[in-house]
Formats: sequence, C-alpha cells, structure tokens
Amino acid sequence: MARAELTEADVQAWVGREHEDPPADIVCERGYILHWLEATENANPLYWDEFLAERVTRGPIAPPSMLSAWMRPLQFVPGRTEKRMPLSLHFDLKQALDLPEGIVAYNEMTLGVPVRPGDRIKTTQRIREISEPKTRRLGTGRSWIIDVTYTNQDGEVAGVETYEMFAYRREQA
Amino acid sequence: MDVNAGDALPGLDVKVTARMVIMGASSSRDWQPQHHDHAWAVDRAGTRDIFLNTPNQGGWIERYLTDWTGPLGRLGKMRFRMRRSICTGDDLSFGGVVRSVTTDDAGCTWADVDVLLSVGEERATECVARIAIPADDSDNPWDRAGDAWTPDAPGPLELQSQRKD
Repeated sequence: MARAELTEADVQAWVGREHEDPPADIVCERGYILHWLEATENANPLYWDEFLAERVTRGPIAPPSMLSAWMRPLQFVPGRTEKRMPLSLHFDLKQALDLPEGIVAYNEMTLGVPVRPGDRIKTTQRIREISEPKTRRLGTGRSWIIDVTYTNQDGEVAGVETYEMFAYRREQA
Repeated sequence: MDVNAGDALPGLDVKVTARMVIMGASSSRDWQPQHHDHAWAVDRAGTRDIFLNTPNQGGWIERYLTDWTGPLGRLGKMRFRMRRSICTGDDLSFGGVVRSVTTDDAGCTWADVDVLLSVGEERATECVARIAIPADDSDNPWDRAGDAWTPDAPGPLELQSQRKD
C-alpha cells in the first residue's frame, strides 16, 4: 500500500504547508445566528435587542465564538462535482496518511473584528507541527496542529484559530 | 463591573440530549457524522455516543461567560482542551473562577477566567478565556479596534494544567 511507504521525512514535509480556501459559500446572516443562539440557549440581549446592538456594537454582529461556522462549505451546490471540506488541509493530510478517523483535542481562538451580517469569510490554513505516531484509546495515528486565519471581504482579521487534531485508525478487534 | 481574582462565576447545569448535540453541530454547520449519527459514533469512531462538537462547546463557553459579564463583555481569546467526549445523556456542569484582572497599555480591562466543563466527577473540558470587561461606566470594549484591541497583550494564557506557578 503506497501510503504505508511514506517516510517520516515525507510526513514532516507537510509542516509549514499553507492553503487558502476560496471565500465561503455562505455569508453571515441572521438566520444562522438565531440557530446558534438556539443551540447554546444564549439569551445575551446583544443578539436579541436590535436597539442595544446598535448602541453597543453599531449594528448586529454574530457571536464571536461562531467564527468557524462561516467557513464551512455547503453540502450541495448545483454543478459542483467535488465535495468541499472545511479545513481542507486537515482532510488532505488525513487522506495522505491514510488515517480515516479524526477528533479535535484542543482549540484556541483569538478574536479580531466582529463578523457582521453580510460578511463573507475566507480562511488560510497552515500546518504547524505533526507528531510521531502514537496510540491512544481510540486508535493509532498522529496528532497535528493547524492554524486557521479568518479574514473578511475587506481583509480584516476576524480571528485566528488553532486546532490540535488526532487522526487515527481504529485497532482491529 | 467590579471583578476580582478569585471570584466564582455562577454554575450552570445542562442535560445533554441528542437534540442538543445535533443542534450544536447543525448551527456550526459541522456535518461530521460523529455529531449526529449514533451508529457511526459508536461503531466507526469508537466513542460512547454522538458528542458535542468543538465549535458548539466554544459557543456554550462564550454563552456561560457573557451570562456573567452581560452584553458589554467581549471575548478576546479562549483556549480549551477536550479531555473526554461530552455525549448524549451526560449531565454537564459549568464552573468558572476569575484568575486575574489586568489592564493593558491601551486601557482595556481583561478578566482571565478558568472555566471547567465537568460530567459528574470527570473533567471533560478545561478552558481558560480572556474576556474584555468595561473599566468604568463610560467604557465599551466593543468600541476597541486596531492597536486598542490586543487580546494577546496581557501575556500568556495557559490552561491550568499548563501553568508552572
């Protein structure tokens, strides 16, 4: 199997690789924000009271922690033949290393300008490091760290996220 | 807002249901099957059940913090490590303690808060968050931009388990 023949140098060659996804399929809008508030039972009046939002944030904004929702591709787009994945660099690396499962172990988020209705987000991803092979309860694989920078259509940074992923293959019973 | 190191945030208890897990995944537009497909989660991913996804946990933590600060609280930075999956049927509890309160060179007041999401006696997710709070009645952290908004300025923000002191 070709993938099993990857050397450690082949794997580590992914470190520093950067990828820019195209601008997101969706724009920030009120319906998505309401769904987020519903899911987190968030009663913060900043998101429910338009007069307060006008006074405090000069108009409506999305909850800052919602950042990653704005980059995830639609599951269906007419005419699109290849499925787009969020954090495509992560999925490319999983595929290259033949590690079918993956979980997020750690997340860090540094927030910049608020995302507002009408904004369209673009991400740039970069692999910071890849671990040696390791075995955890879920299986055997590797962990890696990816930094994701989110910018709006004006080039302003809305946030930077860091993910530590563990991608693995389950042990055979 | 009068905040001091050592202040405890009010607790929050949440019963984790399948609807909550799936709605959390849906609202973050995360269609990875381990967050909505029980059979996949158990048989393929090897987890106990479907479990809360990362962005939704971030959303719950932000909600927990702003329940405390009110609408003028503005999240600047957050780190969390998920030590165990939070699955359908879990009784999830949030707790928080203010680690420090500092003011940066731009005059922004930051509260660093340790937040713990626990299930029973187990530490499920360990978080530390830095949230801007009004310095006085005339201050609005949301007005800050550019050099006046620097969540990294007060220094490192380590998870409790990473701290040396």
